[in-house]
Amino acid sequence: MIGGIFQVFDNDMLKQIKQEKEQWQQAKVNKALSRFPERMENFTTGSGENVNRLYTPEDVESLQYNDDIGFPGQYPYTRGVQPTMYRGRLWTMRMYAGFATAEESNKRYKYLVEQGSTGLSVAMDLPTQIGYDSDHPLSEGEVGKVGVAIDSLEDMEVLFDGIPLDKVSTSMTINAPASVLLAMYIAVAEKQGVSSDKLRGTIQNDILKEYIARGTYIFPTEPSMRLITNIFEYCSKYVPKWNTISISGYHIREAGSTAAQEVGFTLADGIAYVDAAIKAGLDVDTFAPRLSFFFNAHNDLLEEVSKYRAARRLWAKIMKERFGAKNPKSMALKFHTQTGGSTLTAQQPDNNIIRVTIQTLAAVLGGTQSLHTNSRDEALALPTEDSVRIALRTQQIVAHESGVTNTIDPLAGSYVIEAKTNEIEKKAMEYINKIDDLGGAPRAIDLGYIQKEIMDSAYDYQKEIEDNSRIVVGMNKFQIEEESPKGLLKVDPQVGERQKAKLAQLKARRDNDKVKERLEALRMACQGEENVMPFIVEAVKVYATLGEICGIMREVFGEYQQSVNL
Amino acid sequence: MDRPIRVLVSKPGLDGHDRGAKVIARALRDAGMEVIYTGLRQTPQQIVAAAIQEDVDVVAMSILSGAHNHLFPKVMELLNEQGADDVLVIGGGVIPDEDIPGLKKAGIAEIFTPGTTTGTTIDFIRKNVKRVQ
Amino acid sequence: MNIENKLLLGDKRACARLISLFENEEQEAIDLVKKLYNKTGKAHIIGITGPPGGGKSTLTDKLAKELRKRGKKVGIIAVDPTSPFSGGAILGDRVRMSDLALDKGVFIRSMGTRGYLGGLSKATQGAVKILDIFGMDYIFVETVGVGQSEVDIVKTADTVVMVMVPGLGDDIQAIKAGVMEIGDVFAVNKSDLQGADKTAREIQTVLDLGHRQDRRIPVVKVTARLNEGVNELLNEILSHMDYMEECGELSDRRGENARKEIISMVETELMNIIMKKAQKNDFLNNISNDVVLRKIDPYTAKDEILSLIKNK
Repeated sequence: MIGGIFQVFDNDMLKQIKQEKEQWQQAKVNKALSRFPERMENFTTGSGENVNRLYTPEDVESLQYNDDIGFPGQYPYTRGVQPTMYRGRLWTMRMYAGFATAEESNKRYKYLVEQGSTGLSVAMDLPTQIGYDSDHPLSEGEVGKVGVAIDSLEDMEVLFDGIPLDKVSTSMTINAPASVLLAMYIAVAEKQGVSSDKLRGTIQNDILKEYIARGTYIFPTEPSMRLITNIFEYCSKYVPKWNTISISGYHIREAGSTAAQEVGFTLADGIAYVDAAIKAGLDVDTFAPRLSFFFNAHNDLLEEVSKYRAARRLWAKIMKERFGAKNPKSMALKFHTQTGGSTLTAQQPDNNIIRVTIQTLAAVLGGTQSLHTNSRDEALALPTEDSVRIALRTQQIVAHESGVTNTIDPLAGSYVIEAKTNEIEKKAMEYINKIDDLGGAPRAIDLGYIQKEIMDSAYDYQKEIEDNSRIVVGMNKFQIEEESPKGLLKVDPQVGERQKAKLAQLKARRDNDKVKERLEALRMACQGEENVMPFIVEAVKVYATLGEICGIMREVFGEYQQSVNL
Repeated sequence: MDRPIRVLVSKPGLDGHDRGAKVIARALRDAGMEVIYTGLRQTPQQIVAAAIQEDVDVVAMSILSGAHNHLFPKVMELLNEQGADDVLVIGGGVIPDEDIPGLKKAGIAEIFTPGTTTGTTIDFIRKNVKRVQ
Repeated sequence: MNIENKLLLGDKRACARLISLFENEEQEAIDLVKKLYNKTGKAHIIGITGPPGGGKSTLTDKLAKELRKRGKKVGIIAVDPTSPFSGGAILGDRVRMSDLALDKGVFIRSMGTRGYLGGLSKATQGAVKILDIFGMDYIFVETVGVGQSEVDIVKTADTVVMVMVPGLGDDIQAIKAGVMEIGDVFAVNKSDLQGADKTAREIQTVLDLGHRQDRRIPVVKVTARLNEGVNELLNEILSHMDYMEECGELSDRRGENARKEIISMVETELMNIIMKKAQKNDFLNNISNDVVLRKIDPYTAKDEILSLIKNK
């Protein structure tokens, strides 16, 4: 409502500003340009979007305070999801870690907790993420490499040994077999005497972005969506404090998307999950408050801050208007952030500490609920303990020394931030509309549309780096002669053998009749329509392995076929 | 006659990060090469079978999971078994410098680590393709 | 051992190399096919065509697997477009056929169009012959799928499978005039999507209106991704071959295809000869400029170019 009571800038004022800007342009800018041309013909954001020389109220002339910005903890949540934000509680400093065996990862977790980490984040190795045991032929060379190997409940017991599961919140980066790992977590807690309603944490459980960008899928779309809605339903009854999904733009951005694509494609995935759950008969307000998001933080500070604000506002509108959610918690977009792995350089790795600092600021100024900061050496190998500590200290310095946490959404009202917030929201919405036209996210993925859009952006970015129109310090400018970095973390190559031996012992020791019986019960459940979660929980308790459980599901559900559109 | 260089671009192992593989596939195409793209989760056996059937000049593999020491030499071994030693094999990804000599010894012609331009890779292929063009 | 013996002994490398030689227009490949031509003609050649995004590769993958279950050997040639700007190409059909790569009874080859129009590459027919000699029982030829220029497949295949998807709606009328006529069997793939029945019915209606032969062209609903309807589609493909053999159409069609192939080769060769002469001393450019300047008319110019090879 132009001229309405909430319009931030009144029309007379805007008119005058326009005039004066025109004068300034004539009198000052043109003169300056004639003497010193600007550094570049076009200035663009990290995503390649245009950036104006100057932003004024003119660029946000129709801004309505209540509709567009509002107050923290209130619809449309542009300024944040909590009323006091970091004045109440800082974000969760959650460092993603895990490698080799459960024993070694357990040590790293205890170290992180001692250093002040406030949440655990478990990295699994690739065989675990794809539902293979360590003794599967495809697991060869991969066991324990990018995360910890989990074959059975036994590994999970070791992983969380001495860590009270009613006290910590645990995030597990697990997708296709998320139901199995969650079942194991519930079973470990039960052994510690912690009932499932006390458990706090997150499973990533976002299969659509696996198809789009990350690649650790197992099953085809329909059964995968069923597993996800089964988890929604099970957790709403038995694990009510658990975040049942972390709808992830992180990997979409890592694959090369722009900021607006990150928001658009991630929210389109979110819409698909909500649709699926509603179709499965769930009431939107029973599961939507447990949905959470996961975004990237890149170097373009202003664009990134605008991105988080745009995502919050757009999701709130979608939940309210499209899905008719009534519970405000269903409309509040909570998110975890990880700094951008793809922005790190292998050259002069210490420079990455500075990049991560900027990205940390972006995430915090954008109102993140939790944050993982990457370590300087991650373009080279898994991070060492020293590097992880510096990364964690980066967060702590921003939290306790920078002062940006003392007031909420401090960049609001900046002309450029509000203009960019509008722009990203609009572009993201255009992507969502396009995906709706194609028949929704799963179909758009099947057609390769989303993948192709991301790839186009990634290729443009690469070309900009190669023709030096985009500068990456230390990589295509300011290079130095460097020696090979020393002291990188090396995963013991014997891990695979040890894990295999352990698995063989387990299989000899456990009650194999019972395992078989529960696996067959699971098969029946998969073939039918009922919720498979209770059957998976029963199977893990008798030490059926991850590979066995996923094997049954592979037999019933089949496997996903990648869609490539280059 | 002037024929395009044929390159198999493949992702061995289980990691799903195919941005690098796809960017290089596009860059090679734009440099006039025929790229056969195999997608994710390829075993060394599948890679070699595809390389043979497609009669490629180059096999280019990308891996970010850390399984390179296991998988790259395996591909070399299988190619040699098939007598396909005239195929140029290159690799890329997050590969520590200290692993590179071992991989080269196994027959991988070059390893491209993060930050390598596509131009560098293209030049390398053009200069080192073993088969007569 | 020479390449001929290796090929006959089932050496995939030899087969692959020979296809390359064909692609590169090497005389060696042609000489070999000349010598072994009497070994061809055994394979059933199946064209897979249709608009892009129809899931042709996935369907080919599933049909091939079904044939393998029945103990047959399968060759697959998948053609993708070559970039007209760089001359390069990304050939991505193998992605959907990953687990066939290791099957001893399967040979998959990706080809770029390399400037050739019509949905195939220039060397496709040569590659088909090599695979035929190599002993494949069935050879799938998957076209580019860029639109309505896919009619070349008819000149190569015994059976043409037209792959459609639900939701084409009004497009069917438009497509009718072009490619609808070349299909011997129609597949409505992705039939788990809404509107599959309607699309299948519409296609059948259009086909029934257009054809007056004794064989009704079948329209089969399939969902290749879920392996549903694949068996039925395969049976329709095979029964088309049986039908053609029984009524004698097979030899007619192969005769027609051979005639077209010969003519096309003669055309190419003649054009090469003419162009070589016409481009000497910039003759073609000069005469074209003369046409522009109205010094000469295009008809006379044509006669003059043809006179370069006449009476010689």
